[in-house]
Amino acid sequence: MALIEAPAGQDLTDALAERVRAASQAKTPLRIVGGDTKRFYGRPVAGETLALAGHHGVLRYDPAELVITARAGTLLADIEALLARHGQRLPFEPPSFGQMATLGGTVAAGLAGPARVARGPVRDYVLGARLLTGDGRVLSFGGEVMKNVAGYDVSRLLAGSLGILGALLEVSLKVLPVARGSRTLRRRIDAQDAIDLLGAAAQRGVPLTGSFWSAGELHVRLEGSGSGLDEVVPTIGGDLLDESAAASLWHSVREQTHPYFASARPLWRLSLPATTAGAALLRADRVAFEWHGAQAWLSGIERQTIDLITRTAGGHATLFRRDDAAVSVTGEVFAPLPAPLLDLHRAVKRVFDPAGILNPGRMYADL
Amino acid sequence: MAVDAALLRELGSVLGPGLLSTPEACVAYECDALTAHRHPPDLVALPTSVEQVQQIVRACRRHSVPVVARGSGTGLSGGALPVAGGLLLVLSRLAAILEVDPRRGLARVQPGVTNLAVSEAAAPYGMYYAPDPSSQVACSVGGNVAENSGGVHCLKYGLTVHNVLAVKLVTMEGELLTLGSETGEAPGLNLLAAVIGSEGLLGVVVEVTVRLLPIPRRVELLLAAFDDVGRCAEAVGQVIAAGIIPAGLEMMDAPAIRAAEAFAGCGYPLDAQALLLCEIDGLPADVDDELGRTRVVLEATGAASVRVARDAEERSRMWSGRKSAFPAVGRLAPDYYCMDGTIPRRHLADVLAQIATLSTAYRLDVANVFHAGDGNLHPLILFDAGKDGELERAERFGADILEACVAAGGTVTGEHGVGVEKLGPMCSQFGSAELAAFHALKLAFDPAGLLNPGKAVPTLARCADYGALRVHGGRLPHSHLPRF
Repeated sequence: MALIEAPAGQDLTDALAERVRAASQAKTPLRIVGGDTKRFYGRPVAGETLALAGHHGVLRYDPAELVITARAGTLLADIEALLARHGQRLPFEPPSFGQMATLGGTVAAGLAGPARVARGPVRDYVLGARLLTGDGRVLSFGGEVMKNVAGYDVSRLLAGSLGILGALLEVSLKVLPVARGSRTLRRRIDAQDAIDLLGAAAQRGVPLTGSFWSAGELHVRLEGSGSGLDEVVPTIGGDLLDESAAASLWHSVREQTHPYFASARPLWRLSLPATTAGAALLRADRVAFEWHGAQAWLSGIERQTIDLITRTAGGHATLFRRDDAAVSVTGEVFAPLPAPLLDLHRAVKRVFDPAGILNPGRMYADL
Repeated sequence: MAVDAALLRELGSVLGPGLLSTPEACVAYECDALTAHRHPPDLVALPTSVEQVQQIVRACRRHSVPVVARGSGTGLSGGALPVAGGLLLVLSRLAAILEVDPRRGLARVQPGVTNLAVSEAAAPYGMYYAPDPSSQVACSVGGNVAENSGGVHCLKYGLTVHNVLAVKLVTMEGELLTLGSETGEAPGLNLLAAVIGSEGLLGVVVEVTVRLLPIPRRVELLLAAFDDVGRCAEAVGQVIAAGIIPAGLEMMDAPAIRAAEAFAGCGYPLDAQALLLCEIDGLPADVDDELGRTRVVLEATGAASVRVARDAEERSRMWSGRKSAFPAVGRLAPDYYCMDGTIPRRHLADVLAQIATLSTAYRLDVANVFHAGDGNLHPLILFDAGKDGELERAERFGADILEACVAAGGTVTGEHGVGVEKLGPMCSQFGSAELAAFHALKLAFDPAGLLNPGKAVPTLARCADYGALRVHGGRLPHSHLPRF
């Protein structure tokens, strides 16, 4: 095996850095945009557009290394297609929310799909990053190797940072082979029983790589090298979906095109501890959950009720999609931080964006 | 160095007998496992509660006294080496396992709990804690967080950063922060990722929530012998390219094989130039399937022999050679110096060849036993510190190996940390802009710069000296060696 040849792409580092330096001096806020597919996520940003889409191209990919390095503007779809040609994939199964989604936006948003429950978040697969800071510095952190403890792990810090520390220029991600076998099961079950079933199965080492519950129906995905799967299928029970039905179900969950999400506005995302998730979800009518209950979706519900749920159940809530009618948002969309932690966020932001011009307010009003 | 009397009184009232200030008592803490560097601390604090840690840190902050946190002192890079005029904060008495919950798949422990104790506490529930550094009997979970420790199962199960859900951190201001959560997610920036592996420079970890995994239903170990190091290195990439992710994929060269066999009688083929230990785990039928495919790949790559451990007893004997390789190699010479660079796997054969060339040039033997699946090299340089100039020669040899790792697109430390040991090589890996950003990030957490000062990140001045030392007439040492 060796490096895979890929189209050269386009390097806009110099122009982007020049643009950011000028904006920094003029204190002009910038809204960092890849494919603009996740504009709904986080708080709205008022600022001039800093477009990363033109800064694209796969730089290095050697399947035997399990690493891909690409410029931030590279289309997520292109990366996934390239990996698929070599029997590999992004382990965290990121949602794209649109064909133009980019690698940089995917990492900056830090969102993961159904497989997160088994394989972990975006952060776990970030090996290195090149960052354009708010004052126009170009910094490289991490690298392309599996184990690397030289210097602070800034590249992982950038996963989910929503562009408030800088614009990603390049990212190196660990990738994994596609599992040789996959089974998807569907059965009717109420929410609490489903959470108990999934928790018990996970604890016994059943290779669950996705779960989605909505309207009394549970879908479970198991993956493995193949023959072993049939032994564990009965521990979940229910009907086996054929390959294409299974693929389209998980795609609809990941991309939120499943009927549950169709009119779910505002849509709240709750991150819940396994032991309280079931009880918490009884408090709402329009509920779906993934990750064995650790990620729940609630809609048509007041903020006060959400607050009550997270106060009693633990975890935290995010206003994931606002009501389409509401153009701006006055409050926060992410759960508030304790004062000392917010202070630390401000201090970290100043390290990378001293003038505070990059995606101001995207994460929190004054950050 | 004289300790401020007011500080001594303050700490004494907080800690009572948990404060050591006499040279006789403090000398036991003069170094960690990097014993070439020693500095007896002026003060040693042994707190038994989180509140005490906060009080100690606040007192030190007021008196501008540096604080160095220490777990079990098993670190290999001098991260817990005391600093002049500072206090050594020993967390070994914060050693309670607060909670083990199989249903939530987690354990909540204090930082002084040993790595192995977590797995032992989880075992009755059929679960374990995945990171398994070789010092796992003794090393502490807090120390693992500070170093982002690895082990032999990282390729499949990740490093500490992949297995820690949350930490409680005392900042140098004495604030208690929670980073992460039991679901592994928290609002805001991913500061937990920055803290893991920060070598005690950003805060003092006082509680850790780790993820527990179910013990795999079936484990098999395969041993492949090669009569050529390069072919063995090739095989590593081939296994992974075939879509197989072994739980462990370890390589040993001839000197390491012979030393391990002499030490542990583990049944290694003594005529082999290199061997691979490949562990496969998972569902029973899947393991059978992967084992078969792995064997095919290894035979196709030219393995001289491939065998699978017959039973748990043979498996543990085959592992024992690998696990005792460091002490085994230690018997070959009065001293050894363990390196820790990581490189892309495709350069394994080339870098191993470079190490062999350097070994001849420096007239020092080297044994290689390492995490091949991760590309994480552990060359053990053999020397005799009693012989004039050998320590210096070993250190120069080691620095050259790290240069070769950086040149191959790798890193100067995969899992042992920078500490005081690799400050020089850090200058090769990072530019001044990145180093300046690291220093700024530290000050965001620790504005007074009192936590473990001088470790992990070199000053720009030191890098200027390091460059002057290593580059003569614009040429790197050993410029006749190929660099890539």
